[in-house]
Amino acid sequence: MRVGFFLREALRALKRNAVPSFAAMATVLVTVLILGVFIPVVQATTGAANEVRGRVIANVYLVRDADEKDVARVRNLLENDTPNVARVEFVSKDQAYAEQRRKNPDAYGELGEFNPLPHTFRITPDDPDNIAKVRNALAPLAPGGGRTVTDSAIDEVTNREEDTNKILSVTRAVKLTTALLAGLLVIASVLLIANTIRLSLFARRREVEVMKLVGATDWFIRWPFVMEGMLVGALGGLLAVLVLGVFKVAVVDPLTAEYALIAAPDTMSFPLLVAILLGAAVAVSAAGSGLSLRRFLRV
Amino acid sequence: MAATERHVRRRSERPAPAEAPAARPAAAGAVIDFDRVSKRYPSGDTGLDAVSFAIHPGEFVFLVGASGSGKSTTMRLLIKETEPTGGTIHVAGRDLSKIARRRVPYYRRNVGMVFQDYKLLPNRTVYENVAYALQVTGGSRRDIRDKVPDILRLTGLSLKLHSLPDQLSGGEQQRVSVARAFVNHPPLLLADEPTGNLDPETSIGIMQLLYRINRTGTTVVVATHDVEMVDRMRRRVIELSRGRVVRDERAAGYTARETTREFAIRMREDDE
Repeated sequence: MRVGFFLREALRALKRNAVPSFAAMATVLVTVLILGVFIPVVQATTGAANEVRGRVIANVYLVRDADEKDVARVRNLLENDTPNVARVEFVSKDQAYAEQRRKNPDAYGELGEFNPLPHTFRITPDDPDNIAKVRNALAPLAPGGGRTVTDSAIDEVTNREEDTNKILSVTRAVKLTTALLAGLLVIASVLLIANTIRLSLFARRREVEVMKLVGATDWFIRWPFVMEGMLVGALGGLLAVLVLGVFKVAVVDPLTAEYALIAAPDTMSFPLLVAILLGAAVAVSAAGSGLSLRRFLRV
Repeated sequence: MAATERHVRRRSERPAPAEAPAARPAAAGAVIDFDRVSKRYPSGDTGLDAVSFAIHPGEFVFLVGASGSGKSTTMRLLIKETEPTGGTIHVAGRDLSKIARRRVPYYRRNVGMVFQDYKLLPNRTVYENVAYALQVTGGSRRDIRDKVPDILRLTGLSLKLHSLPDQLSGGEQQRVSVARAFVNHPPLLLADEPTGNLDPETSIGIMQLLYRINRTGTTVVVATHDVEMVDRMRRRVIELSRGRVVRDERAAGYTARETTREFAIRMREDDE
Protein backbone atom coordinates (compact mmCIF):
# COMPACT_ATOMS: atom_id res chain seq x y z
CA MET A 1 0.00 0.00 0.00
CA ARG A 2 1.33 3.36 -0.94
CA VAL A 3 -0.02 5.06 2.16
CA GLY A 4 2.65 7.71 2.05
CA PHE A 5 1.79 8.67 -1.51
CA PHE A 6 -1.95 8.79 -0.81
CA LEU A 7 -1.40 10.84 2.33
CA ARG A 8 0.72 13.33 0.45
CA GLU A 9 -1.95 13.55 -2.25
CA ALA A 10 -4.60 14.15 0.42
CA LEU A 11 -2.57 16.90 2.07
CA ARG A 12 -1.94 18.55 -1.28
CA ALA A 13 -5.66 18.50 -2.02
CA LEU A 14 -6.43 20.01 1.38
CA LYS A 15 -3.99 22.81 0.73
CA ARG A 16 -5.31 23.47 -2.76
CA ASN A 17 -8.95 23.44 -1.70
CA ALA A 18 -8.64 25.31 1.55
CA VAL A 19 -12.05 26.97 1.44
CA PRO A 20 -14.29 23.93 0.76
CA SER A 21 -12.17 21.88 3.14
CA PHE A 22 -12.71 24.47 5.82
CA ALA A 23 -16.46 24.44 5.15
CA ALA A 24 -16.54 20.65 5.51
CA MET A 25 -14.53 20.86 8.70
CA ALA A 26 -16.84 23.52 10.15
CA THR A 27 -19.84 21.32 9.33
CA VAL A 28 -18.28 18.38 11.13
CA LEU A 29 -17.42 20.62 14.06
CA VAL A 30 -20.94 21.93 14.49
CA THR A 31 -22.65 18.55 14.13
CA VAL A 32 -20.26 16.84 16.51
CA LEU A 33 -20.81 19.65 18.97
CA ILE A 34 -24.58 19.22 18.81
CA LEU A 35 -24.32 15.44 19.09
CA GLY A 36 -21.89 15.79 21.97
CA VAL A 37 -24.39 17.84 23.91
CA PHE A 38 -27.41 15.82 22.85
CA ILE A 39 -26.14 12.31 23.60
CA PRO A 40 -25.64 12.90 27.35
CA VAL A 41 -28.98 14.70 27.54
CA VAL A 42 -30.75 11.73 25.93
CA GLN A 43 -28.96 9.37 28.24
CA ALA A 44 -29.85 11.35 31.33
CA THR A 45 -33.47 11.49 30.24
CA THR A 46 -33.75 7.77 29.56
CA GLY A 47 -31.81 7.14 32.76
CA ALA A 48 -34.36 9.13 34.73
CA ALA A 49 -37.18 7.34 32.94
CA ASN A 50 -35.65 3.97 33.75
CA GLU A 51 -35.29 4.93 37.37
CA VAL A 52 -38.99 5.69 37.50
CA ARG A 53 -39.75 2.39 35.81
CA GLY A 54 -37.66 0.62 38.44
CA ARG A 55 -40.32 1.55 40.97
CA VAL A 56 -42.84 -0.71 39.30
CA ILE A 57 -43.39 -3.60 41.75
CA ALA A 58 -45.99 -6.19 42.61
CA ASN A 59 -47.02 -6.95 46.18
CA VAL A 60 -47.75 -10.52 47.16
CA TYR A 61 -49.77 -10.55 50.39
CA LEU A 62 -49.86 -13.79 52.31
CA VAL A 63 -52.84 -14.97 54.27
CA ARG A 64 -52.95 -13.68 57.81
CA ASP A 65 -52.20 -16.98 59.51
CA ALA A 66 -49.27 -17.97 57.30
CA ASP A 67 -46.48 -19.56 59.33
CA GLU A 68 -42.72 -19.85 58.79
CA LYS A 69 -43.10 -22.89 56.54
CA ASP A 70 -45.58 -21.08 54.27
CA VAL A 71 -43.23 -18.11 53.98
CA ALA A 72 -40.31 -20.33 53.02
CA ARG A 73 -42.43 -22.19 50.47
CA VAL A 74 -43.75 -19.02 48.82
CA ARG A 75 -40.29 -17.48 48.79
CA ASN A 76 -39.01 -20.56 46.98
CA LEU A 77 -41.92 -20.36 44.56
CA LEU A 78 -41.21 -16.71 43.79
CA GLU A 79 -37.47 -17.00 43.53
CA ASN A 80 -37.19 -20.23 41.58
CA ASP A 81 -40.45 -21.09 39.87
CA THR A 82 -41.81 -17.78 38.66
CA PRO A 83 -40.53 -16.31 35.37
CA ASN A 84 -39.61 -12.64 34.86
CA VAL A 85 -38.81 -12.03 38.51
CA ALA A 86 -35.70 -9.98 39.10
CA ARG A 87 -35.74 -9.32 42.83
CA VAL A 88 -37.78 -10.56 45.76
CA GLU A 89 -37.95 -8.58 48.98
CA PHE A 90 -39.61 -9.99 52.05
CA VAL A 91 -41.39 -7.65 54.42
CA SER A 92 -42.50 -9.50 57.53
CA LYS A 93 -45.61 -8.67 59.53
CA ASP A 94 -43.50 -6.94 62.17
CA GLN A 95 -41.47 -4.91 59.70
CA ALA A 96 -44.62 -3.78 57.94
CA TYR A 97 -46.18 -2.88 61.27
CA ALA A 98 -43.12 -0.88 62.35
CA GLU A 99 -43.04 0.91 59.04
CA GLN A 100 -46.70 1.83 59.09
CA ARG A 101 -46.49 2.87 62.68
CA ARG A 102 -43.66 5.22 61.92
CA LYS A 103 -45.63 6.73 59.05
CA ASN A 104 -48.89 7.00 60.89
CA PRO A 105 -48.29 6.89 64.65
CA ASP A 106 -51.80 8.10 65.62
CA ALA A 107 -53.78 5.41 63.85
CA TYR A 108 -51.49 2.56 64.82
CA GLY A 109 -51.15 3.83 68.38
CA GLU A 110 -54.78 3.06 68.95
CA LEU A 111 -54.34 -0.49 67.71
CA GLY A 112 -51.95 -1.18 70.46
CA GLU A 113 -50.14 -4.49 70.07
CA PHE A 114 -52.65 -5.86 67.53
CA ASN A 115 -51.06 -6.28 64.11
CA PRO A 116 -53.54 -6.47 61.19
CA LEU A 117 -50.85 -6.59 58.51
CA PRO A 118 -49.88 -9.76 56.60
CA HIS A 119 -46.46 -10.91 55.51
CA THR A 120 -45.64 -9.35 52.15
CA PHE A 121 -43.26 -10.06 49.27
CA ARG A 122 -42.29 -7.13 47.08
CA ILE A 123 -41.40 -8.35 43.59
CA THR A 124 -39.43 -6.37 41.08
CA PRO A 125 -39.87 -7.75 37.55
CA ASP A 126 -36.89 -8.07 35.23
CA ASP A 127 -38.57 -5.62 32.89
CA PRO A 128 -41.30 -3.25 34.05
CA ASP A 129 -43.35 -4.27 31.02
CA ASN A 130 -43.50 -7.83 32.39
CA ILE A 131 -45.28 -6.90 35.58
CA ALA A 132 -48.61 -8.22 34.31
CA LYS A 133 -47.05 -11.58 33.43
CA VAL A 134 -45.68 -11.97 36.92
CA ARG A 135 -49.05 -11.21 38.37
CA ASN A 136 -50.81 -13.68 36.05
CA ALA A 137 -48.32 -16.39 36.92
CA LEU A 138 -49.00 -16.05 40.62
CA ALA A 139 -52.69 -15.29 40.44
CA PRO A 140 -54.22 -16.50 37.16
CA LEU A 141 -57.52 -15.07 36.07
CA ALA A 142 -60.35 -17.39 37.04
CA PRO A 143 -62.94 -18.35 34.40
CA GLY A 144 -65.76 -16.64 36.28
CA GLY A 145 -63.87 -13.35 36.72
CA GLY A 146 -61.72 -12.55 39.74
CA ARG A 147 -58.51 -14.39 40.42
CA THR A 148 -57.37 -17.65 41.89
CA VAL A 149 -53.98 -18.07 43.50
CA THR A 150 -51.32 -20.69 42.79
CA ASP A 151 -50.38 -21.19 46.42
CA SER A 152 -52.84 -21.49 49.25
CA ALA A 153 -50.71 -19.26 51.47
CA ILE A 154 -51.06 -16.33 49.04
CA ASP A 155 -53.96 -14.12 49.80
CA GLU A 156 -53.72 -11.54 47.04
CA VAL A 157 -51.36 -10.20 44.35
CA THR A 158 -51.61 -6.49 43.54
CA ASN A 159 -49.54 -4.23 41.39
CA ARG A 160 -51.03 -0.80 41.84
CA GLU A 161 -52.35 -0.97 38.35
CA GLU A 162 -53.04 2.66 37.67
CA ASP A 163 -49.64 3.88 38.82
CA THR A 164 -47.92 1.18 36.87
CA ASN A 165 -49.73 1.89 33.64
CA LYS A 166 -49.12 5.60 33.93
CA ILE A 167 -45.44 5.14 34.59
CA LEU A 168 -45.04 2.70 31.75
CA SER A 169 -46.80 4.82 29.15
CA VAL A 170 -45.08 8.05 30.14
CA THR A 171 -41.58 6.61 30.19
CA ARG A 172 -42.24 4.84 26.91
CA ALA A 173 -43.24 8.14 25.32
CA VAL A 174 -40.15 9.86 26.70
CA LYS A 175 -37.85 7.14 25.40
CA LEU A 176 -39.50 7.07 21.99
CA THR A 177 -39.30 10.85 21.60
CA THR A 178 -35.64 11.07 22.51
CA ALA A 179 -34.79 8.11 20.27
CA LEU A 180 -36.63 9.75 17.40
CA LEU A 181 -34.87 13.06 17.97
CA ALA A 182 -31.50 11.35 18.18
CA GLY A 183 -32.20 9.46 14.95
CA LEU A 184 -33.22 12.61 13.10
CA LEU A 185 -30.15 14.43 14.35
CA VAL A 186 -27.82 11.66 13.18
CA ILE A 187 -29.47 11.59 9.74
CA ALA A 188 -29.24 15.37 9.48
CA SER A 189 -25.55 15.31 10.39
CA VAL A 190 -24.72 12.61 7.86
CA LEU A 191 -26.61 14.42 5.10
CA LEU A 192 -25.03 17.74 5.95
CA ILE A 193 -21.52 16.35 5.96
CA ALA A 194 -22.08 14.30 2.80
CA ASN A 195 -23.45 17.34 1.01
CA THR A 196 -20.56 19.56 1.97
CA ILE A 197 -18.09 16.94 0.82
CA ARG A 198 -19.99 16.49 -2.42
CA LEU A 199 -19.75 20.20 -3.10
CA SER A 200 -16.01 20.21 -2.64
CA LEU A 201 -15.73 17.13 -4.85
CA PHE A 202 -17.88 18.64 -7.56
CA ALA A 203 -15.29 21.35 -8.04
CA ARG A 204 -12.74 18.65 -8.74
CA ARG A 205 -14.71 16.34 -10.99
CA ARG A 206 -12.65 17.26 -14.04
CA GLU A 207 -9.52 16.26 -12.21
CA VAL A 208 -11.05 12.89 -11.41
CA GLU A 209 -12.04 12.44 -15.05
CA VAL A 210 -8.48 13.10 -16.22
CA MET A 211 -7.13 10.64 -13.67
CA LYS A 212 -9.46 7.98 -14.98
CA LEU A 213 -8.41 8.61 -18.57
CA VAL A 214 -4.75 8.27 -17.65
CA GLY A 215 -5.51 4.79 -16.34
CA ALA A 216 -5.93 5.27 -12.60
CA THR A 217 -8.02 2.62 -10.87
CA ASP A 218 -11.03 3.74 -8.86
CA TRP A 219 -9.33 3.07 -5.55
CA PHE A 220 -6.17 4.81 -6.62
CA ILE A 221 -8.26 7.95 -7.06
CA ARG A 222 -10.47 7.28 -4.09
CA TRP A 223 -7.89 6.71 -1.36
CA PRO A 224 -6.59 10.29 -1.27
CA PHE A 225 -10.17 11.54 -1.08
CA VAL A 226 -11.01 9.15 1.73
CA MET A 227 -7.90 10.18 3.63
CA GLU A 228 -8.74 13.81 3.04
CA GLY A 229 -12.18 13.13 4.50
CA MET A 230 -10.62 11.41 7.47
CA LEU A 231 -8.29 14.34 8.09
CA VAL A 232 -11.13 16.84 7.82
CA GLY A 233 -13.34 14.72 10.09
CA ALA A 234 -10.58 14.23 12.65
CA LEU A 235 -9.77 17.93 12.73
CA GLY A 236 -13.42 19.01 13.00
CA GLY A 237 -14.11 16.33 15.61
CA LEU A 238 -11.04 17.26 17.62
CA LEU A 239 -12.00 20.93 17.74
CA ALA A 240 -15.57 20.05 18.73
CA VAL A 241 -14.35 17.74 21.49
CA LEU A 242 -12.06 20.49 22.71
CA VAL A 243 -15.00 22.88 22.94
CA LEU A 244 -17.08 20.20 24.68
CA GLY A 245 -14.28 19.59 27.16
CA VAL A 246 -14.04 23.26 28.01
CA PHE A 247 -17.83 23.42 28.35
CA LYS A 248 -17.83 20.39 30.65
CA VAL A 249 -15.12 21.69 32.94
CA ALA A 250 -16.43 25.25 33.04
CA VAL A 251 -20.21 24.73 33.16
CA VAL A 252 -21.36 21.15 33.72
CA ASP A 253 -18.98 20.00 36.44
CA PRO A 254 -19.80 22.82 38.88
CA LEU A 255 -23.52 22.16 38.32
CA THR A 256 -23.47 18.38 38.84
CA ALA A 257 -22.86 18.93 42.51
CA GLU A 258 -26.23 20.63 42.79
CA TYR A 259 -28.47 18.97 40.25
CA ALA A 260 -28.93 15.24 40.35
CA LEU A 261 -30.21 14.88 36.76
CA ILE A 262 -26.97 16.13 35.26
CA ALA A 263 -25.04 13.60 37.31
CA ALA A 264 -27.37 10.77 36.31
CA PRO A 265 -25.42 7.56 36.86
CA ASP A 266 -26.42 6.15 33.46
CA THR A 267 -24.60 8.86 31.49
CA MET A 268 -21.53 7.47 29.76
CA SER A 269 -18.12 8.67 30.85
CA PHE A 270 -16.61 11.64 29.07
CA PRO A 271 -13.64 9.77 27.54
CA LEU A 272 -15.99 7.19 26.02
CA LEU A 273 -18.19 9.96 24.61
CA VAL A 274 -15.14 11.64 23.11
CA ALA A 275 -13.96 8.40 21.54
CA ILE A 276 -17.36 7.71 20.00
CA LEU A 277 -17.73 11.25 18.64
CA LEU A 278 -14.24 11.27 17.13
CA GLY A 279 -14.72 7.84 15.61
CA ALA A 280 -18.07 8.83 14.13
CA ALA A 281 -16.71 12.11 12.73
CA VAL A 282 -13.80 10.36 11.00
CA ALA A 283 -15.90 7.46 9.75
CA VAL A 284 -18.74 9.60 8.39
CA SER A 285 -16.37 12.02 6.65
CA ALA A 286 -14.31 9.23 5.12
CA ALA A 287 -17.36 7.29 3.98
CA GLY A 288 -18.97 10.50 2.70
CA SER A 289 -15.92 11.32 0.59
CA GLY A 290 -15.56 7.81 -0.74
CA LEU A 291 -19.23 7.40 -1.59
CA SER A 292 -19.79 10.87 -3.04
CA LEU A 293 -16.91 10.23 -5.39
CA ARG A 294 -18.64 7.26 -6.96
CA ARG A 295 -20.72 9.43 -9.24
CA PHE A 296 -17.66 11.04 -10.76
CA LEU A 297 -15.77 7.80 -11.24
CA ARG A 298 -18.04 6.61 -14.03
CA VAL A 299 -15.85 7.64 -16.93
CA MET B 1 18.84 11.56 -30.79
CA ALA B 2 19.88 9.72 -27.66
CA ALA B 3 16.56 10.10 -25.90
CA THR B 4 14.72 8.51 -28.81
CA GLU B 5 17.09 5.57 -28.83
CA ARG B 6 16.57 5.02 -25.14
CA HIS B 7 12.86 4.90 -25.75
CA VAL B 8 13.25 2.42 -28.55
CA ARG B 9 15.27 0.24 -26.22
CA ARG B 10 12.75 0.54 -23.41
CA ARG B 11 9.92 -0.35 -25.70
CA SER B 12 11.68 -3.49 -26.84
CA GLU B 13 12.35 -4.40 -23.20
CA ARG B 14 8.66 -4.37 -22.38
CA PRO B 15 7.46 -7.85 -21.57
CA ALA B 16 5.26 -9.30 -24.29
CA PRO B 17 1.56 -9.15 -23.38
CA ALA B 18 0.58 -12.45 -21.80
CA GLU B 19 -2.98 -12.51 -23.12
CA ALA B 20 -4.10 -15.51 -25.12
CA PRO B 21 -4.50 -14.79 -28.84
CA ALA B 22 -7.94 -13.58 -29.84
CA ALA B 23 -10.46 -16.12 -30.97
CA ARG B 24 -10.82 -14.45 -34.35
CA PRO B 25 -7.50 -13.01 -35.57
CA ALA B 26 -9.12 -11.45 -38.63
CA ALA B 27 -6.27 -9.14 -39.42
CA ALA B 28 -3.37 -11.06 -37.94
CA GLY B 29 -0.96 -8.87 -36.01
CA ALA B 30 -3.10 -5.76 -36.29
CA VAL B 31 -2.86 -3.26 -33.44
CA ILE B 32 -6.38 -2.04 -34.07
CA ASP B 33 -9.02 -4.10 -35.81
CA PHE B 34 -12.52 -2.70 -36.30
CA ASP B 35 -14.94 -5.32 -37.53
CA ARG B 36 -18.26 -3.85 -38.67
CA VAL B 37 -18.38 -1.61 -35.65
CA SER B 38 -21.55 0.41 -35.13
CA LYS B 39 -22.37 2.96 -32.50
CA ARG B 40 -25.84 4.35 -32.20
CA TYR B 41 -26.51 6.86 -29.45
CA PRO B 42 -29.66 6.66 -27.35
CA SER B 43 -30.74 9.94 -28.94
CA GLY B 44 -30.98 8.13 -32.28
CA ASP B 45 -27.86 9.69 -33.78
CA THR B 46 -25.50 7.37 -35.56
CA GLY B 47 -21.89 7.65 -34.44
CA LEU B 48 -20.52 4.81 -36.53
CA ASP B 49 -22.21 2.58 -39.08
CA ALA B 50 -20.58 -0.82 -39.69
CA VAL B 51 -17.05 0.53 -39.87
CA SER B 52 -14.21 -1.91 -40.62
CA PHE B 53 -10.49 -1.20 -40.86
CA ALA B 54 -7.23 -2.55 -39.51
CA ILE B 55 -4.16 -0.66 -38.39
CA HIS B 56 -0.83 -2.44 -38.15
CA PRO B 57 2.06 -1.93 -35.76
CA GLY B 58 4.24 1.07 -36.45
CA GLU B 59 1.73 2.81 -38.69
CA PHE B 60 0.96 6.52 -38.57
CA VAL B 61 -2.68 6.93 -39.47
CA PHE B 62 -4.89 9.97 -39.86
CA LEU B 63 -8.55 9.74 -39.15
CA VAL B 64 -10.24 12.60 -40.97
CA GLY B 65 -13.74 13.84 -41.60
CA ALA B 66 -16.07 16.69 -40.80
CA SER B 67 -17.48 17.24 -37.35
CA GLY B 68 -19.93 14.51 -36.48
CA SER B 69 -18.42 12.05 -38.93
CA GLY B 70 -17.48 9.64 -36.17
CA LYS B 71 -13.84 10.48 -35.45
CA SER B 72 -14.34 11.20 -31.78
CA THR B 73 -16.66 8.23 -31.44
CA THR B 74 -13.91 6.01 -32.80
CA MET B 75 -11.44 7.46 -30.31
CA ARG B 76 -13.81 7.08 -27.40
CA LEU B 77 -14.51 3.50 -28.36
CA LEU B 78 -10.78 2.78 -28.47
CA ILE B 79 -10.24 3.90 -24.86
CA LYS B 80 -13.42 2.13 -23.86
CA GLU B 81 -15.14 5.30 -22.75
CA THR B 82 -18.25 4.04 -24.54
CA GLU B 83 -19.30 0.67 -25.86
CA PRO B 84 -20.15 -0.13 -29.49
CA THR B 85 -23.73 -1.16 -30.22
CA GLY B 86 -22.57 -3.61 -32.86
CA GLY B 87 -19.44 -5.33 -34.18
CA THR B 88 -16.20 -6.06 -32.40
CA ILE B 89 -13.06 -4.06 -31.72
CA HIS B 90 -9.74 -5.77 -31.19
CA VAL B 91 -6.76 -3.88 -29.82
CA ALA B 92 -3.50 -5.84 -29.83
CA GLY B 93 -5.53 -8.98 -30.40
CA ARG B 94 -7.81 -8.32 -27.45
CA ASP B 95 -11.56 -8.03 -27.76
CA LEU B 96 -12.46 -4.80 -25.99
CA SER B 97 -15.93 -5.98 -25.08
CA LYS B 98 -14.31 -8.78 -23.04
CA ILE B 99 -12.46 -6.37 -20.75
CA ALA B 100 -14.28 -6.09 -17.43
CA ARG B 101 -15.06 -2.59 -16.17
CA ARG B 102 -12.67 -3.17 -13.32
CA ARG B 103 -9.84 -3.94 -15.74
CA VAL B 104 -10.36 -0.88 -17.94
CA PRO B 105 -7.76 1.25 -16.10
CA TYR B 106 -5.13 -1.42 -16.75
CA TYR B 107 -6.07 -1.47 -20.42
CA ARG B 108 -5.86 2.32 -20.68
CA ARG B 109 -2.30 2.28 -19.40
CA ASN B 110 -1.31 0.58 -22.64
CA VAL B 111 -2.94 3.25 -24.76
CA GLY B 112 -1.54 6.78 -24.72
CA MET B 113 -4.21 9.42 -25.27
CA VAL B 114 -3.81 13.04 -26.30
CA PHE B 115 -6.83 15.34 -26.22
CA GLN B 116 -7.75 18.53 -27.99
CA ASP B 117 -8.23 20.29 -24.65
CA TYR B 118 -5.02 18.75 -23.20
CA LYS B 119 -6.79 17.49 -20.04
CA LEU B 120 -3.92 18.30 -17.72
CA LEU B 121 -4.31 18.32 -13.95
CA PRO B 122 -4.59 22.04 -13.23
CA ASN B 123 -2.99 22.02 -9.78
CA ARG B 124 0.10 20.14 -10.76
CA THR B 125 3.32 21.23 -12.38
CA VAL B 126 4.46 19.87 -15.73
CA TYR B 127 6.70 17.41 -13.94
CA GLU B 128 3.93 16.22 -11.62
CA ASN B 129 1.45 15.86 -14.47
CA VAL B 130 3.74 13.52 -16.32
CA ALA B 131 4.76 11.73 -13.13
CA TYR B 132 1.11 11.05 -12.30
CA ALA B 133 0.82 8.67 -15.26
CA LEU B 134 3.66 6.66 -13.76
CA GLN B 135 2.36 6.85 -10.20
CA VAL B 136 -0.92 5.44 -11.44
CA THR B 137 0.85 2.30 -12.61
CA GLY B 138 2.69 2.00 -9.31
CA GLY B 139 5.96 3.35 -10.67
CA SER B 140 8.63 3.76 -8.00
CA ARG B 141 10.14 7.10 -7.15
CA ARG B 142 13.35 6.08 -8.82
CA ASP B 143 11.45 5.09 -11.93
CA ILE B 144 9.82 8.51 -12.00
CA ARG B 145 13.05 10.39 -11.41
CA ASP B 146 14.57 8.37 -14.21
CA LYS B 147 11.88 8.59 -16.86
CA VAL B 148 10.11 11.92 -16.44
CA PRO B 149 13.02 14.28 -17.14
CA ASP B 150 13.89 12.10 -20.09
CA ILE B 151 10.47 12.30 -21.69
CA LEU B 152 10.30 16.04 -20.99
CA ARG B 153 13.59 16.47 -22.79
CA LEU B 154 12.19 14.52 -25.73
CA THR B 155 9.17 16.82 -25.87
CA GLY B 156 11.26 19.95 -25.40
CA LEU B 157 9.92 20.95 -22.01
CA SER B 158 13.10 20.71 -19.94
CA LEU B 159 12.92 24.36 -18.98
CA LYS B 160 9.26 24.29 -17.92
CA LEU B 161 9.49 21.49 -15.37
CA HIS B 162 7.96 23.43 -12.51
CA SER B 163 5.44 25.55 -14.41
CA LEU B 164 1.74 25.03 -13.86
CA PRO B 165 -0.40 24.30 -16.94
CA ASP B 166 -1.99 27.75 -16.97
CA GLN B 167 1.46 29.32 -17.19
CA LEU B 168 2.12 27.52 -20.47
CA SER B 169 1.15 28.28 -24.05
CA GLY B 170 -1.29 25.98 -25.83
CA GLY B 171 1.50 24.26 -27.74
CA GLU B 172 3.45 23.67 -24.57
CA GLN B 173 0.41 22.26 -22.80
CA GLN B 174 -0.15 19.88 -25.68
CA ARG B 175 3.48 18.80 -25.44
CA VAL B 176 2.93 17.99 -21.77
CA SER B 177 -0.13 16.01 -22.74
CA VAL B 178 1.92 14.06 -25.31
CA ALA B 179 4.68 13.50 -22.78
CA ARG B 180 2.18 12.14 -20.29
CA ALA B 181 0.63 9.87 -22.90
CA PHE B 182 4.01 8.48 -23.90
CA VAL B 183 5.85 8.22 -20.58
CA ASN B 184 4.60 4.65 -20.11
CA HIS B 185 5.84 3.78 -23.61
CA PRO B 186 2.47 2.47 -24.75
CA PRO B 187 2.46 0.49 -28.01
CA LEU B 188 -0.44 2.65 -29.22
CA LEU B 189 -0.88 6.41 -29.07
CA LEU B 190 -4.21 8.06 -29.89
CA ALA B 191 -4.55 11.78 -30.48
CA ASP B 192 -7.98 13.38 -30.80
CA GLU B 193 -7.63 16.73 -32.61
CA PRO B 194 -4.24 17.38 -31.02
CA THR B 195 -3.77 20.56 -33.04
CA GLY B 196 -7.37 21.75 -32.93
CA ASN B 197 -6.57 24.72 -30.72
CA LEU B 198 -3.13 25.52 -32.07
CA ASP B 199 -1.72 27.81 -34.75
CA PRO B 200 -0.12 26.19 -37.86
CA GLU B 201 3.50 26.58 -36.79
CA THR B 202 2.84 25.12 -33.33
CA SER B 203 0.81 22.36 -34.96
CA ILE B 204 3.79 21.35 -37.07
CA GLY B 205 5.82 21.11 -33.87
CA ILE B 206 3.26 18.78 -32.32
CA MET B 207 3.05 16.67 -35.47
CA GLN B 208 6.82 16.47 -35.54
CA LEU B 209 6.73 15.23 -31.98
CA LEU B 210 4.10 12.62 -32.82
CA TYR B 211 6.15 11.55 -35.80
CA ARG B 212 9.23 11.18 -33.61
CA ILE B 213 7.24 8.97 -31.27
CA ASN B 214 5.97 6.98 -34.23
CA ARG B 215 9.58 6.37 -35.29
CA THR B 216 10.26 4.57 -32.00
CA GLY B 217 7.83 1.92 -33.22
CA THR B 218 4.69 3.21 -31.54
CA THR B 219 1.55 3.07 -33.60
CA VAL B 220 0.01 6.54 -33.80
CA VAL B 221 -3.57 7.36 -34.74
CA VAL B 222 -4.46 11.04 -35.13
CA ALA B 223 -8.01 12.27 -35.56
CA THR B 224 -8.12 15.68 -37.20
CA HIS B 225 -10.07 17.85 -39.58
CA ASP B 226 -6.97 19.76 -40.59
CA VAL B 227 -6.87 18.54 -44.20
CA GLU B 228 -3.91 20.67 -45.17
CA MET B 229 -1.81 19.13 -42.43
CA VAL B 230 -2.85 15.66 -43.50
CA ASP B 231 -1.91 16.31 -47.10
CA ARG B 232 1.51 17.51 -46.10
CA MET B 233 2.23 14.60 -43.79
CA ARG B 234 1.67 12.07 -46.58
CA ARG B 235 0.62 9.24 -44.33
CA ARG B 236 -2.20 6.76 -44.40
CA VAL B 237 -5.60 8.46 -44.25
CA ILE B 238 -8.92 6.97 -43.20
CA GLU B 239 -11.75 9.32 -44.00
CA LEU B 240 -15.08 9.02 -42.25
CA SER B 241 -18.33 10.58 -43.32
CA ARG B 242 -21.57 10.15 -41.45
CA GLY B 243 -20.21 7.16 -39.62
CA ARG B 244 -18.89 5.31 -42.70
CA VAL B 245 -15.41 4.85 -44.10
CA VAL B 246 -15.34 6.68 -47.45
CA ARG B 247 -11.59 6.62 -48.08
CA ASP B 248 -8.71 4.51 -46.80
CA GLU B 249 -5.51 5.11 -48.68
CA ARG B 250 -1.89 6.04 -48.51
CA ALA B 251 -1.34 9.55 -49.78
CA ALA B 252 0.86 10.01 -52.84
CA GLY B 253 4.57 10.15 -52.22
CA TYR B 254 4.35 8.13 -49.04
CA THR B 255 7.77 8.27 -47.43
CA ALA B 256 8.04 5.86 -44.57
CA ARG B 257 11.75 6.10 -43.88
CA GLU B 258 12.12 9.77 -43.29
CA THR B 259 14.13 11.22 -40.42
CA THR B 260 12.44 13.64 -38.12
CA ARG B 261 14.57 16.44 -39.49
CA GLU B 262 13.71 15.70 -43.10
CA PHE B 263 10.11 15.44 -42.06
CA ALA B 264 10.18 18.87 -40.42
CA ILE B 265 11.90 20.49 -43.36
CA ARG B 266 9.37 19.06 -45.78
CA MET B 267 6.46 20.14 -43.60
CA ARG B 268 7.67 23.73 -43.62
CA GLU B 269 8.80 23.76 -47.26
CA ASP B 270 5.33 23.02 -48.49
CA ASP B 271 4.19 26.25 -46.96
CA GLU B 272 5.25 28.30 -49.95
